[in-house]
Amino acid sequence: MLTALYVMLGLALLLGLVLGYSALKFKVEGDPLIARIDAILPQTQCGQCGYPGCKPYATAIAKGEADINQCPPGGDAGVHALADLLGVEYKPLNAEHGLPKPKSVAVIDENVCIGCTLCIQACPVDAILGAAKHMHTVIASECTGCELCVAPCPVDCITMEPIAESPANWKWRYPVFEIKPESAVMRKTVS
Amino acid sequence: MNAIVNLSALIRRKLGKGGLSSFNGGVHPPQHKLESTSAPIRQVPPPARLVLPLRQHVGNVSKLQVAIGDHVLKGQLLSSADGQVSAAVHAPTSGTIAAINNQLIPHPSGLPDISITLEADGCDEWIARQPLDYKAISKQELLDRLREAGVVGLGGATFPSHIKLREDARHPVRTLIINGAECEPYISCDDMLMRERAAEIVRGIEIMRHLLDAGRCVIGIEDNKPQAVAAMRAAAADSEVAIDVVEVPTIYPGGGAKQLIKVITGLEVPSGRLPSEIGVQCFNVATAYSVNRLVHHGEPVISRIVTVTGHAGRAGNYEVPLGMSIRELVEFAGGHAGEELIMGGPMMGFNLPSADVPVVKATNCIIVPDSAMFPAPAPALPCIRCTRCADACPANLQPQELYWFSKSQNLEKAREYEIFDCIECGCCSYVCPSNIPLVQYYRFAKSEIIAQDRAKEAADIARERNEFRLKRIEREKQERAQKHAQKAAGAKTEAAPADEAKKAAIAAAIERAKAQKAEVTPKNTEAVSPGVAAEIAEIETRRAEVLAATATDVRAEEKQSTEEAK
Ligand code: SF4
Ligand code: SF4
Ligand code: SF4
Ligand code: SF4
Repeated sequence: MLTALYVMLGLALLLGLVLGYSALKFKVEGDPLIARIDAILPQTQCGQCGYPGCKPYATAIAKGEADINQCPPGGDAGVHALADLLGVEYKPLNAEHGLPKPKSVAVIDENVCIGCTLCIQACPVDAILGAAKHMHTVIASECTGCELCVAPCPVDCITMEPIAESPANWKWRYPVFEIKPESAVMRKTVS
Repeated sequence: MNAIVNLSALIRRKLGKGGLSSFNGGVHPPQHKLESTSAPIRQVPPPARLVLPLRQHVGNVSKLQVAIGDHVLKGQLLSSADGQVSAAVHAPTSGTIAAINNQLIPHPSGLPDISITLEADGCDEWIARQPLDYKAISKQELLDRLREAGVVGLGGATFPSHIKLREDARHPVRTLIINGAECEPYISCDDMLMRERAAEIVRGIEIMRHLLDAGRCVIGIEDNKPQAVAAMRAAAADSEVAIDVVEVPTIYPGGGAKQLIKVITGLEVPSGRLPSEIGVQCFNVATAYSVNRLVHHGEPVISRIVTVTGHAGRAGNYEVPLGMSIRELVEFAGGHAGEELIMGGPMMGFNLPSADVPVVKATNCIIVPDSAMFPAPAPALPCIRCTRCADACPANLQPQELYWFSKSQNLEKAREYEIFDCIECGCCSYVCPSNIPLVQYYRFAKSEIIAQDRAKEAADIARERNEFRLKRIEREKQERAQKHAQKAAGAKTEAAPADEAKKAAIAAAIERAKAQKAEVTPKNTEAVSPGVAAEIAEIETRRAEVLAATATDVRAEEKQSTEEAK
């Protein structure tokens, strides 16, 4: 009887030690839930959700302070993904925070730019290149289209231009919409 | 029963023709090759106007090297390869650059892309051509020449060949396979090339073999092309290297790279891998031909053989300068360039957005259909899960599942079911009793997944850049705060010593002034009379007394003076 008790006690202590040790050793840095929410957010860093960036919004969602339908760039698909992750009901995008737009990039009219550096300070991803009193330009491949640089420009030389569809980024449409043009090719009508 | 069927299939596979293996699935659509193989390859005179898209290959858009108004010679470089995965574009005839702008290209999107328009001057004058002694130059130099000459896979994939011909120490190529299978109905450009220019193809194969140092070299040709097999056998016999010509069974898609590799070597290319990783590299016969044209004749890729077939009076194969309008080509072949033209074969091709698009490096075949050839498809019915598509799939996929996932846009699942192994061969749609346009769903799902992956990549970069920026701002803030703190602290602690130093400096200056004063010697004291000298001495002693008196404390002096005053 007593031996059994000692064995159980010993086991409990041993396992406790192992658990305690692994809790220290394999500690997960940061909150994994925040990281997983952040992975879904589009990283436009536009602040339309009411937070100063995607990570702060992710943190707020994780804490239950923010709703999942506040990110317009993420669109409907983003809300669905968040709902799936968090196991909550899907709800349509909250129009108060804006509506999804086609993805754009900022373009600086280089003839008008006065080199004030205000846009550089506004850009959340350092996508603008320039120096004081020199013409600035946007690195299009890094621009997230957040529009944060548009308002600070004192000479209004920044415009947002939607990314045009080209053969390089073109996508096949869902078949329902284009039965006709494909019709002659894909059928068993070779005979 | 099933077991017996499986067993017989296994035995058939094992004992396949001449020790050949075979792949699962495949279909036997009507060939329709004879329409275009009755006449030899015909030359097409260079047209008056050529349109050359800067991207005719897989990879980066080539870099423009000419300006509007430039006069160029036939074979002159128009745009050079940008980076490794890219290929150059050359002038197919001599003439003047008339425009550089967006033009409609033969692409299923029907969207325009940046292109060069060349107005021919009619002289067709070549630039100086320099054949290469490929054994005398280094392999790297030879690869660079291939890249500069715009050599890409002419089977339709248009992947830059110099990349596939690079030796890779990790995956040495043991078997070089030359693909002359040409399995798709209607197309016969490779067949005719092999029949007429076998020796030149073999010269090209020798160069490829030299580059890859491949031990074995096999040309795979479907057994429905006996003339091509005979011609290639004769040419291979004359070659200095051992080249096997293998007849493979005629089955669609036996010309798919992975399928042909399976048939010839028995090796299966694992999902998501490249053939080179299992020691095999596969090239089209037309690619071997263009390697030969470059090395032995100094000619870059400026033309290709195109099959024009279907409803055309002079259906056949034509050697066409790249950039020629497909409308002109079809009319030259006696066809009517109407609404619907198909580029590629009936299984894998697509409808051209217009007849006014140029012939590009990927244009292997133009089909001029008529209503009898491709009647409107019967409406699609629901999938009855008969799995005929799975039996026909040469990539060992489950097309009915892929269809379900693509249709419901369950892209993650589609990826899990290896949708990227699908070669879009169309066998599944061909056998589907419900007439479902399956491949269209796969194309949609694939491009959707690719777009999502790109967006994800861009988001990851944006996250990184944003985090970096926040860190930088934080660091700058700290540095500034530190500087401020330092300045504030410095002002206090340095105040006392600074005063002391100042005092010391003043004191030192006073000392110096005194010493100077003491040392001052009047200028007229030499050579004076003894009386004057005595007087000076007296004055000096008095001055010394006065100095001594002033040297004492001021207050003492003051005291003294006040005492004196008293
Ligand atoms: S609204 Fe803008 S900042 Fe907020 S999560 Fe969406 S992309 Fe990020
Ligand atoms: S350039 Fe303008 S729109 Fe683009 S990421 Fe920077 S601030 Fe946003
Ligand atoms: S062949 Fe057609 S009907 Fe049969 S399982 Fe495949 S998709 Fe469904
Ligand atoms: S199109 Fe794709 S899924 Fe259909 S048979 Fe061909 S490889 Fe298989």
